[in-house]
Amino acid sequence: MTVAEALLVAISGLSANRLRSGLTVLGIMIGVGAVVLLVAVGNGASVQVTNQIESLGSNLIYIYPASTRTAGVAQGFGSGQTLTMTDVQALTDHSQAPDIADAIPIANAPGLMTRGSQNWFAPVVASTQDFATVRNYQIQDGQFFSQSQVNSSARVVVIGQTVVDNLFGGSPQAALGQSIKIQRQPFTVIGTFVPKGSQGLGNQDNVAAVPITAAWNYLTGGRGKNISQVVVQATSASTITRATQEATQILLADHKISDPSQADFSTQSQQDILASYGQVTQTLTVLLGSVAAIALVVGGIGIMNIMLVTVTERTREIGIRKAIGARRSDILLQFLIESMFLSGIGGILGIVIGWGVALWLPHLNLSVLASLGRPVVSVPSALLAFGVSVGIGLFFGIYPANRAAALNPIEALRYE
Amino acid sequence: MIEIEAVTRSYRMGLFEVNALRRVDLHVEAGEFVAIMGPSGSGKSTLMNIIGCLDVPSTGRYVLDGIDVHDLSGDQLALIRNRKIGFVFQSFNLIPRASALHNVEMPLVYAGRGEDRRVRALAALESVGLADRARHQPNELSGGQQQRVALARALVTEPALLLADEPTGNLDTESSLDIIRLIARLNDGGRTVVLITHEEEVARFAKRVVRLRDGLVVSDDPQPRRVREGA
Repeated sequence: MTVAEALLVAISGLSANRLRSGLTVLGIMIGVGAVVLLVAVGNGASVQVTNQIESLGSNLIYIYPASTRTAGVAQGFGSGQTLTMTDVQALTDHSQAPDIADAIPIANAPGLMTRGSQNWFAPVVASTQDFATVRNYQIQDGQFFSQSQVNSSARVVVIGQTVVDNLFGGSPQAALGQSIKIQRQPFTVIGTFVPKGSQGLGNQDNVAAVPITAAWNYLTGGRGKNISQVVVQATSASTITRATQEATQILLADHKISDPSQADFSTQSQQDILASYGQVTQTLTVLLGSVAAIALVVGGIGIMNIMLVTVTERTREIGIRKAIGARRSDILLQFLIESMFLSGIGGILGIVIGWGVALWLPHLNLSVLASLGRPVVSVPSALLAFGVSVGIGLFFGIYPANRAAALNPIEALRYE
Repeated sequence: MIEIEAVTRSYRMGLFEVNALRRVDLHVEAGEFVAIMGPSGSGKSTLMNIIGCLDVPSTGRYVLDGIDVHDLSGDQLALIRNRKIGFVFQSFNLIPRASALHNVEMPLVYAGRGEDRRVRALAALESVGLADRARHQPNELSGGQQQRVALARALVTEPALLLADEPTGNLDTESSLDIIRLIARLNDGGRTVVLITHEEEVARFAKRVVRLRDGLVVSDDPQPRRVREGA
């Protein structure tokens, strides 16, 4: 008996009990669908986090001041004031640091913005003229501030789309040249950023960038020339490690620290951040996948159950087949094909359903799902799920099929 | 064709050992038409299972068409059943949900024959007069028609032996006569037939009658031609 003949027999057997076969297929379908969907959700979260981290700019290394210690108690992260403009200038010296493309200081200030009767809160990021390129912000209208505007502490600001929406009714052109007040200090809008439109790591469009000198003079009031982090951009992805080493050497020399363990700053590359987020999202994917795998195993037990019932019901048929010459392997093949056919159909439907739900989910606009990003179905995981479902049919079908193949023909023929 | 020598078949039922057959001897030549008769419990079903290679003797020797079935594996017995024996059962034993044609084809499927399967199955149905019912399923056929499909299935492999176990037991008188005449005609054509029955009217068609009682052969007589022609 060939596989094709066994398949025909299997189909006619299954179609004789449509409801029962359908319900069994449903069990596998739910299991495979859940695996495909939940792995897609996990992948989506991973892709989203990676995209967000990469949208912050590429090949970046973050340098933070070490926390200050007051009477032995560590203060907040980045609360130290050990980074200076001199450090930033040293880091951009290509003769000392050939693998560093650029370095910018970042200072943060609170940003209560008002325009007429409108007001809005957006974090103010204070930096130099290179901020937009390093942090990968594109200018939509107007321009970014220049080096001379940084040198002269010009009261100019470049705002993100969310600020435009809230203060200028969404029109970037209307914002250009207008004056807004940040912490009651007047600033002129000279440019707007192209929206990045990403969520999850904070809204990157709710931002106002000002020259760091202007921030020191008008916004950070009395805290001196504070730099909360320095962002270093390596020349390429492959030079990040070398650039990190160069930056560490330069800063240790500048700060006259001989023992690296006593450094008054810390560095973290984008790869480090990606890796730590990657671990989190991978754990999430594995967790979601295993929950779904449980559903798949339950579906497999359903197949075994129904195959045992089928074998019992068809005992007489098995006896007839054996009497007219079916070998053990013929009967085994027939029932294995039947269970694999059930689970294979369930697998295909499950992939279709899981994929469909994964595509449909983002259209629901559920806030819970927004932070997980758009599910990304991976074709290998879908093929694997199909393979596993057929494998489950094989695994859970072996016992019932063996029982059928081992039946004694005389007893099977007598079975009512 | 059939050489049964000192065959015993015993079953264990709880603490007791029951001998269904006790040293039975039976020889059937090619072309014979033998009816095996006996009351229930006489061992005729056990004998039929052994002749049909569905069961093997506990002791003794059984040679079918030159092959000693002793020590054959389950798959080898399946092969012998497929090649040498055509079965007809009391309860027809057609596979439900499969057309008459498909049922008749089935022994050829297990024999691994592909190309001429359909043609041979149709020819077998033709020979029992059911070519026009090839596409019907068993539940769409009358009892007599189902038994004729079963007969076609038994003949499609051109077996050495046709083994019929109470073939008329579930049929009305007219259909019974129909079937038994069909079987008698096959024997006239040279086919060896062993028929198990407890109905004298059916046994009358056989050329030889073997009677069993309590696991022993009590009589084994040729049937006078005059009796047969009276049927």
